[in-house]
Amino acid sequence: MDNRSLTNKQSRPGDVLLYAIVYICAGFSVLLLVGIIAYVLYKGIGAVNLSFLTSVTSVLKGTVGIAGNIVNTLLIIFISMIIATPISIGAAVYLNEYAKPGKLVTLIEFATEILSGIPSIIFGLFGMMFFGQTLGLGYSLITGSLTLILMVLPLITRNTQAALKVVPDSYRQGSVGLGAGKWHTIRTILLPCAMPGIITGVILAIGRIVGESAALLFTAGSAKTLPKTLGALFGKIFDSGGTLTIQLYLSATSEGDFETAFGIAVVLLIIVFLINLGTKRLAARFDVRRIAK
Amino acid sequence: MGSITKTNGAVNAQKVTEFIAKTVFTVCAVLAIFAVASMTVYMFAKGAPAFQKVGVAELLFGTVWKPTADPSSYGIFYIILSSIVGTACSIAIGVPIALMTAVFLTEVADKKISAIVYPAVELLAAIPSVIYGLIGLMVLNPAMYKLEKQIFAGSETHQFTGGSNMLSAIIVLAIMILPTVINVSASSIRSVPKELRAASLAMGATKMQTIFKVTVPTAKNGIMVGVVLGIGRALGEAMAINMVAGGSVNIPLPFNSVRFLTTQLVSEMGYAEGTHRQVLFSVGLVLYIFIMLINLALMQMKKRSEEQ
Repeated sequence: MDNRSLTNKQSRPGDVLLYAIVYICAGFSVLLLVGIIAYVLYKGIGAVNLSFLTSVTSVLKGTVGIAGNIVNTLLIIFISMIIATPISIGAAVYLNEYAKPGKLVTLIEFATEILSGIPSIIFGLFGMMFFGQTLGLGYSLITGSLTLILMVLPLITRNTQAALKVVPDSYRQGSVGLGAGKWHTIRTILLPCAMPGIITGVILAIGRIVGESAALLFTAGSAKTLPKTLGALFGKIFDSGGTLTIQLYLSATSEGDFETAFGIAVVLLIIVFLINLGTKRLAARFDVRRIAK
Repeated sequence: MGSITKTNGAVNAQKVTEFIAKTVFTVCAVLAIFAVASMTVYMFAKGAPAFQKVGVAELLFGTVWKPTADPSSYGIFYIILSSIVGTACSIAIGVPIALMTAVFLTEVADKKISAIVYPAVELLAAIPSVIYGLIGLMVLNPAMYKLEKQIFAGSETHQFTGGSNMLSAIIVLAIMILPTVINVSASSIRSVPKELRAASLAMGATKMQTIFKVTVPTAKNGIMVGVVLGIGRALGEAMAINMVAGGSVNIPLPFNSVRFLTTQLVSEMGYAEGTHRQVLFSVGLVLYIFIMLINLALMQMKKRSEEQ
């Protein structure tokens, strides 16, 4: 009965089994990602070339391309972010710097929480009803952008709030002690200190917009033409326009053009990968700064 | 005296600036309340009329969906059922895998390996849902079709779906909730005090006994938050499962082509008119109410898990 000794390590069969399960599950998650990337690249890399990225799909000219969708995506990102970023930062500043605990703050926090839990299809439905029909904007890039603003608001607000929270109170006291007003302190001390957090929030929001589809299908529509002049580019925001994800969806379903679908998937994966890398770099810098203090 | 008035002027100007700043920030913050309020009002205002027109019981518990037939029938019971069954099954499959992965990340793997696995999980979360749908369509559906042909060979009652079925949707959903559940569970497990683990190990428990009898039960509340978040994601997912679940309203059986609350909106909102359109708004309202209930539950649980 040597192996019953207290000093000998016994291996429990149950433990071995649990270890195996834990390793298999973690391995599954990694293999899943590798599989997805490999499969998309294998199927789609052949479709991606210069003309695919710079031309518009046209039966007449015999070209296949996603330039129109790229422009639409960029326009939607631009319009959404230029409106959503200041509002979100303002909300975060209010919650962190001005608000005193009370009913209003609880209500705002509650609303922000709810907003971040609403699925994008509901945003799409609301955007279609409110911006599209009630405000009469129809299927257009501006309708899509306005809808997405509501969606990314909580994301940037939360990130800015988190960044403001780690700014030491001594900074605030120092600034006010030197005679600066609250607004001056926010503008010159707090927001610059919180900048990495704000940018992280903005990049994450751009990532969400790039990957978004359900909220855009009934708001921004699916047109894929390219504007011919600069004036037309700005006029385009009142026209319908499909983003990359929408075109992928249409290519894979109603159009049955899987080559284009996988080509777009490759482009999307690359964008997502870059965004992921960018936020990680920023987060790392942010941490270094905090530790250095 | 001139200088004094000037300072007074400067002080006044500063007061005005401060006031404007505060007002603008307040308006920004209050916007979230307006957004949620107007969404709620719109969802109810647009979703309610069809309940009157069709009848609450007939709409919610009717099992025949024939919006364009004459006479038309708008029963969304199977759609609601599909959403519930699909979400429940994907949670049942996804959560154990996610929990085990979280345990691996926090308790088992050394730093080097979790430095590979963790970014992988983050990337999974960032992949657009249409890509999950595309891969499901190209990989999962053909595999399902093969399986379907074997299982239902000789069956005369089965409607062949070409692999676009409930099972495919459940698998895609289970995969899509993984990152959410992994992240939340991992951070919850990480926040369990070291002393508890040390005490358990000192009592002679093995590492696995410690993990599954001490650490994970202690992190239970946080893990449940992750699960509920996963439920919300699965219930609200639209595009990916629309591409793999098929296009007809059916009882949610594994090899049936099904419609979910979300996919019903995605596929029919584009062309629906009249009562059909109003009923789709009601489908949206039902989804909205489900999501709100989940959100409220989530907030309660977060509060409880923070209090701990």
